[in-house]
Amino acid sequence: MSEINLDEMSNEYFDVLKELGNIGAGNATTALAQLMQTKVDMSVPRVQLLEFKELGEAMGGEELVMAGIYLAIEGDINGSIMFLLEKKAAKHLVAKLMGMESEGEDFTEMEFSALKEVGNIITGAYLNSLSSITNLMIQPSVPDLTVDMAGAIISVPAIEFAALGDRMLMIQTQFFDEMVLDGYFILIPDLDSYGKMLAALGVSL
Amino acid sequence: MGVEIKVGMADLKVCVSPDSITTLGLGSCVGIALRDPVTKIGGLAHIMLPDSTQIRNNSNIPKFADTGIEELVRQVTLKGANRSRLVAKIAGGAQMFGFGSQSETVRVGERNVEATKKKLAQMKIPILAEDTGKNFGRTVIFYPETGDYVIRAVGKPEYKI
Repeated sequence: MSEINLDEMSNEYFDVLKELGNIGAGNATTALAQLMQTKVDMSVPRVQLLEFKELGEAMGGEELVMAGIYLAIEGDINGSIMFLLEKKAAKHLVAKLMGMESEGEDFTEMEFSALKEVGNIITGAYLNSLSSITNLMIQPSVPDLTVDMAGAIISVPAIEFAALGDRMLMIQTQFFDEMVLDGYFILIPDLDSYGKMLAALGVSL
Repeated sequence: MGVEIKVGMADLKVCVSPDSITTLGLGSCVGIALRDPVTKIGGLAHIMLPDSTQIRNNSNIPKFADTGIEELVRQVTLKGANRSRLVAKIAGGAQMFGFGSQSETVRVGERNVEATKKKLAQMKIPILAEDTGKNFGRTVIFYPETGDYVIRAVGKPEYKI
């Protein structure tokens, strides 16, 4: 299989990945609305191929505290997926889901597991659409959640991308209910899986 | 008061007192601060991966512990630091996610720290202090004037090593 080089990715590949991101984020929004039992709107996702140096700024600053949900994926596609949400937005979502105002700065144990579940559902919906478009089997692992500085969380997928090239593909989506929630999806397929995904969509390598 | 120089991910820069140098939100990456205590010339590298020889596409020098440290040493000595007086402080290399496994990806923070120590030992640069591993992100600020390496983490008081 020929190598995919993210740094020299053609517009065609990029457009395909962008479209996948669009559909995935759309599906995730629907899942979120169902979960919250409310109307959730979504902006057109912004797909960016960013240098590592630019990542922090693209997310509103490296020190912005965010919640990051990270899952390994296996099956026809191997790799991982991450969903990031600003801490304030995460608190808002969890409070709404649990039907009570959240107290204090930190997450309680119950809020933490509720947030994990939200992340699980959102990433699950994203992966489901990816799986049905490509007709490839995708098996997600149990999600892992951490609340920390954006830069520190993003270093995990960035390092995976760093083994492949010098840029990272990130999909930014804005959700709106009563407030604007900035969410970020980062899909990290390994090299072979990129090829498989694109081949499944009829993009020749 | 000097200027605060910012170093990004896979990046390195030189810093001369009274300026300070920072990198924000280190996760599994490692921040390597070098200093010549006499000239008060220093520098900071933010590396992402342990070993450039394991990666085919390895032209990005500051991305790797081995090539990044070599380049930082080259740049600080070029600026006037004495090679034989150089000392180091290191921070970062956290494991941000558990995954309940010991996969290579998850352990990359630990491997980054090991590779950093190995390279510094090879180059005979002593490590005066370190704050590595664990499971949280760190912002670091290095002051070549005093050699203080200040560390900020979420929900913890600021400390220095």
